[in-house]
Amino acid sequence: MNIKQEYTVYTTSFRYLRASSLEQAGSVLAELGEDAKALAGGQSLIPLMKLRLSRPTTLVDLNFISGISGIREQAGRLAIGAMARHADIENSAVASKIPILHDCAAGIADVQVRNRGTIGGSLAEADPTGDWLPVLLTLACEVNCVGPAGKRTIPLPDLVKDAFTTDLRAGELLREVAVKAPPAKSGGAYIAFKRCAPVYASASAAVQLEMSDHDTCKEAHIYLGCVGLTPVRASQAELELNGKKISPKSIEAAAEAAMTAAEPASDMRGSSEYKRVLVRALVKRALEAALRRSRGEHVEVSHEYVGR
Amino acid sequence: MSTSAAKELVPLRVTVNGEAHELEVEARLLLVELLREKFELTGTHIGCDTSYCGACTVLLNGAPVKSCTVFAVQAHQSNILTVEGLAKGGELHPIQKAFAACHGLQCGYCTPGLLMASLSLLSKNPRPNDREIRKAISGNTCRCTGYQNIFKSIRMAAESMAQGKS
Repeated sequence: MNIKQEYTVYTTSFRYLRASSLEQAGSVLAELGEDAKALAGGQSLIPLMKLRLSRPTTLVDLNFISGISGIREQAGRLAIGAMARHADIENSAVASKIPILHDCAAGIADVQVRNRGTIGGSLAEADPTGDWLPVLLTLACEVNCVGPAGKRTIPLPDLVKDAFTTDLRAGELLREVAVKAPPAKSGGAYIAFKRCAPVYASASAAVQLEMSDHDTCKEAHIYLGCVGLTPVRASQAELELNGKKISPKSIEAAAEAAMTAAEPASDMRGSSEYKRVLVRALVKRALEAALRRSRGEHVEVSHEYVGR
Repeated sequence: MSTSAAKELVPLRVTVNGEAHELEVEARLLLVELLREKFELTGTHIGCDTSYCGACTVLLNGAPVKSCTVFAVQAHQSNILTVEGLAKGGELHPIQKAFAACHGLQCGYCTPGLLMASLSLLSKNPRPNDREIRKAISGNTCRCTGYQNIFKSIRMAAESMAQGKS
């Protein structure tokens, strides 16, 4: 069946390769260079291709490769296959043991997009407005990759170099995202704010608290999404909490510090001033939820939007 | 690895509403165009064509997807259910009956997508609360109804499906 000429919203023509292994996909991608792209869930790539902002001449489809979408627990680590869909993670009992993962997976876009989009695709795209990067950066996380030069493990903080730019080499593909289970007395939370379900967030806050007792924070990890070219680590906000009693006052101080760390650009999702205020509110709420979770309470948080 | 050059046709085996098809398509053909133009199943609508509105929602192996954001070749060896597959033997599906009874539509453009999203919700969660309904249809935009009658329709469909009557 040929494409009718009158269609306007269409991708350019491309060569289609249905890969049967990551190794095979990687060797084709390495050989063809920048003209070729890997197709994971396609929820960012296909819209970009339809707008012709992306015009690959070859697409290497990873969707028919078996064994790279499972989610399993082993030796205190959670291993998430790169082709696990957001919906797979949302509905996974083992993944939900780390509540911040469920917060993130359950709120990305809408149910239709979550059924296609993958965690590996999200990380490899490194979109500054993506959800997974800030979330996973609050945890001890590394990605296992495979490429023409063999296997490589990259600590997550080393993966992202810039907006839409990763450390992945030509033909190198994510195989698995490995997350170390947080220690006892930990609690985390992720809250993103967006105008409505299907759109990208205006700002987001991911926090993970490791507590030494009921009130005292041993170590805080705070990352902000959508307010920089890569996720912004709110180091000063962490210092407001590390080794200190967590109180409404210290939460307020951390939220203020996070607001200062944010470097948002004004765009259709809000002015930079608006996004800074949003960051303060999101960090405060995420810290409150994380603290309650560290005490064993069940708290539901996720993306927030009008009509949710 | 199966390969195709640009403009070359890619073999595709797909089951749509229970009917198996074998054909060849251009790689850039979108799933929604396969359904509408090749199979003439024009119940699946194209609204925004940007993965936003959900009018093109179909079930791919039971999971709702936006068929404007999936290449047809990705549906190889899959089962697809469209709005045309809901009625059985000339009788409307309980969800369709409920949307008619509750006036869950005005212009009807978004309705096929909402029916498919609702079917997916009710098959996994037969008695959803309002929050669960809201989450399940948050990827489907309706510009007429304000959603109140859509909620009523889904609640009524849940009732009638739970009672096993249409």
